[in-house]
Amino acid sequence: MANDKAIKGSIAKISGPLVVAEGMAGACMFDVVRVGELGLVGEIIELRGDTASVQVYEETSGLMPGEPVVSTGEPLSVELGPGLIEQFYDGVQRPLRLIEAAASSPFISRGIAVPAIDRDKKWTFTPQVKKGDVVSTGDILGVVQETVLVEHRILVPHGLSGKVVEVKKGDFTVEETIAVVDDGTTKNRVTMLRRWPVRIPRPVSKRLPPVTPLTTGQRVVDLLFPIARGGTACVPGPFGSGKTVIQHQLAKWADAEIVVYVGCGERGNEMTDVLLEFPELEDPRSGQPLMKRTVLIANTSNMPVAAREASIYTGITLAEYYRDMGYSVALMADSTSRWAEALREMSGRLEEMPGEEGYPAYLGTRLASFYERAGRAICFGSDGREGAVSAIGAVSPPGGDLSEPVTQNTLRVSKVFWGLDATLAYQRHFPAINWLNSYSLYAEKLGEYWDARYEGEWSALRVEAMSLLEDEDSLKEIVRLVGIDALSKEERMVLETAKSLREDFLHQNAFHEIDTYASMDKQFRMLKNILVFHHLAMDALKRGVLLKDILDLSVREQISRMRYLDEAKLDELEQLEQELKRVIGDLLSVGGESDVA
Amino acid sequence: MLPREYRTISDLSGPLMVVEKVRDVRYDELVEIELPNGERRRGRVLEISTDRAMVQVFEGTSGVDVAGTKVRFLGKVLTLPVARDMLGRVFNGRGEPIDDGAPIIPEKSLDVNGDPMNPYSRDYPSEFIQTGISTIDGMNPLVRGQKLPIFSGSGMPHNRIAAQIARQATVISGHEEFAVVFAAMGITFEEASFFMEDFRKTGAIERTVMFVNLADDPAIERITTPRLALTTAEYLAFEKDMHVLVILTDFTNYCEALREISAARKEVPGRRGFPGYLYTDLATMYERAGRLKGKKGSITQFPILTMPEDDKTHPIPDLTGYITEGQIILSRPLHRKGIYPPVDVMPSLSRLKDKGIGAGKTREDHADLMNQLFAGYARGKEAKELAVILGEGALTEEDKAFARFADAFEDRYVRQGEYESRTVEDTLKLGWELLAMIPVKELKRVRDAYIEKYLNPLLEKEEEKRASSLKV
Repeated sequence: MANDKAIKGSIAKISGPLVVAEGMAGACMFDVVRVGELGLVGEIIELRGDTASVQVYEETSGLMPGEPVVSTGEPLSVELGPGLIEQFYDGVQRPLRLIEAAASSPFISRGIAVPAIDRDKKWTFTPQVKKGDVVSTGDILGVVQETVLVEHRILVPHGLSGKVVEVKKGDFTVEETIAVVDDGTTKNRVTMLRRWPVRIPRPVSKRLPPVTPLTTGQRVVDLLFPIARGGTACVPGPFGSGKTVIQHQLAKWADAEIVVYVGCGERGNEMTDVLLEFPELEDPRSGQPLMKRTVLIANTSNMPVAAREASIYTGITLAEYYRDMGYSVALMADSTSRWAEALREMSGRLEEMPGEEGYPAYLGTRLASFYERAGRAICFGSDGREGAVSAIGAVSPPGGDLSEPVTQNTLRVSKVFWGLDATLAYQRHFPAINWLNSYSLYAEKLGEYWDARYEGEWSALRVEAMSLLEDEDSLKEIVRLVGIDALSKEERMVLETAKSLREDFLHQNAFHEIDTYASMDKQFRMLKNILVFHHLAMDALKRGVLLKDILDLSVREQISRMRYLDEAKLDELEQLEQELKRVIGDLLSVGGESDVA
Repeated sequence: MLPREYRTISDLSGPLMVVEKVRDVRYDELVEIELPNGERRRGRVLEISTDRAMVQVFEGTSGVDVAGTKVRFLGKVLTLPVARDMLGRVFNGRGEPIDDGAPIIPEKSLDVNGDPMNPYSRDYPSEFIQTGISTIDGMNPLVRGQKLPIFSGSGMPHNRIAAQIARQATVISGHEEFAVVFAAMGITFEEASFFMEDFRKTGAIERTVMFVNLADDPAIERITTPRLALTTAEYLAFEKDMHVLVILTDFTNYCEALREISAARKEVPGRRGFPGYLYTDLATMYERAGRLKGKKGSITQFPILTMPEDDKTHPIPDLTGYITEGQIILSRPLHRKGIYPPVDVMPSLSRLKDKGIGAGKTREDHADLMNQLFAGYARGKEAKELAVILGEGALTEEDKAFARFADAFEDRYVRQGEYESRTVEDTLKLGWELLAMIPVKELKRVRDAYIEKYLNPLLEKEEEKRASSLKV
């Protein structure tokens, strides 16, 4: 992109990922620059007179004062077009596969420039407009089948409207003209390739509040703390509490049409795991490999810290791009704490006045502006299609202490809180989401949605399950103080049911072939059976049946095995409900006799 | 090239030295310092402005003066000459041999910082390593290419455990070339000689490379010591096709050295005075473990760190836990009870276990059995706590069974000899034997088929025994 008029300065100071360049008059904030003889990628993050502070996205060792710094005159941008899905990018959208080829080594060397989107691949473009049609921003010009699962819609670029004077059909590369739009003054050639600066949100026609659920197949999430399409959620937890497994589970089973997974400052092996596993896993709805709808972005913890800061923005911009086509996109960011730490590191090197715990004072604003890019919206385009970006961010609070700035600032802007608990994790209760302190602000709205499907029962079941768990907590306190004998038989039944809720419903094994995913039908039936049994048992207790007889019922074993039931055999859950009624009925008739006697 | 030698030192503070009026100095470049008495030291450029370089002196600045000391910039970053012959040798924290052996004839010279592994080129670690220690093999299995730290505390036997692992670690399938790279960071002479003695006794020294920075060696050298070790490990693993086990001890000393430099540079401190980039810095080392596609060798890391006051939330263990693939935590109460190895299985974790165990790797029932043991031990401990407050009588029959199970688990499963190497089959069998103490209907984490296959025969045998003893 460097042209003759490019601004060219020279390095004055180097300190880790921060390079100060002189002679940069005319450069703009956040312009991308090429640093040194190697042409390392960097971004201007501060300007004072003609001196620019540049955060460099690659290792700076070996650079020398006096080496050139050249501005590209453009802010950090991503390339958008067919070919994004199934890709595995680094934090600044370089395909890691191509980096490997270019470096001819399994290690990432510096100064590698590779295109984000394949320039040679031909895509079959099918037009949806014809010559003479009048189009405006966001209208669908035509479609490309990007993968079996994703129909890539080529939209009229932002700011363009007019009459289609030419539209092509057939196989094209992303740089070839597929249509010409006359806006009255010029004839604009339109290709399939777009660029967008990552730090600027892509605009929508109208924003809407989220009202429909994003189901995830995870029982504790879908039933107790649901997230909506276009909603935001955060998962804070100390290490070892299963943040990454939850993020992986959501990326696998969430019923989004597109998944963008950002591994930000986390482990290399985890990203490899996703990369190897997703092509093998089947989407429960389409039967196709999950990779066919997924874009992966990885900036592992040992990759340059400045690119970590960019990776989150790269991810959300890709998500917004697919939202604009009318898709429901889910973005997972693991972990936003590492992103915040990258901010802190750069801020420290800029010698800015630190805020809380050394984080820059603008941490809150940055976090808020990231989460605000999620949402449900009506996209540009005359068909008024609806798209959504749901954002789920993991937070890694130091020492598991939720009062630290990243968690607190995140809680202020995200609507769902899945608090992970180390104690649960030690007991290998996964997902280790603590049911007592987690919340979802969407629960009520989504309750209305589900009640319409489950004859008004859904919300009631949810509320009852929550209150049983709450009761358990206070009853356990009593047991701890004075022993189990202080409880009435009804109270002991509450404890038993709560235990069943925890062990047979909330606990879910991500590595079990069936238990890893539960449809809403299955979840609903499971919860219903547990609570039906509870009601029957309470009623039986009142009528004099012994608690021991209830607890000894072998049918309880069936309750604990419900989770391993194949999705195809859900009617067995309905039969189990009848069975429950029958056995308790039997107890009553026997118990009744003994009462008489 | 002109000899770039300067006598323009302006400031000296802690391990840092500022050299003025320099030209053509590169960031991270290696520096040689000649003291007036002829002594030579080395350093590296930490920050460079147009004509001013901040240099970190590895051996410390004591004895350096402003007027007479000469500074030479060597025009290259810190590299380590490597060769296969390094096996069996001992080096200091700067990579110089200290065992009176012949000098190393380098096959290659490598940048000690290394380049990050491309996640695309990684191969997912999935090969089970049998350490012979039940709490690791059975509960927190280790796989090749994993980084699994030991979180310990002062006075606990982490060194003995690390040595035991180095001694016993084998892979179930076949025989392959295996090497140990050992880096000592600021540990005492006694500790270092314990390892050396142990390696020598078992003959392991022949396949070991040792880098030793003792407690009285310059603290600044500690920053390079682990990097030298990892560079050697990468060379042996990915160019010489060896399976390398890297033991790094003690990371607490490393982090404190890093804090010392950060403070000398007057950087904004993060938690407990550690620099804000501690996470990134640690990650650039821990992430140098793994396997690569198309390469035979692997690097498995065993970092050891002592938690100040056994506090897991201290920044060093905390940040380590966020990077490594699990952790083995030692428990002081178990140690006090005289149980060796005092591994606290509950907060310990191996993140890569799921792909390393199961049919064809260890045994089909391993995962279920492991989960059940965890759950059972957790419940047993809870019951025991309850019993302490309310007395044994307040427990239900089931809870009593669980409490007995928890005791037996600690005594038979956790406890083992320092020279006892249990096969994974033995460990699994022991697990089922212990589960036999719990009522079958409480075994919710294991599949019926496995109960049928592994537990029922045990129960029947027990039944027979009881029957025959009754007869007698």
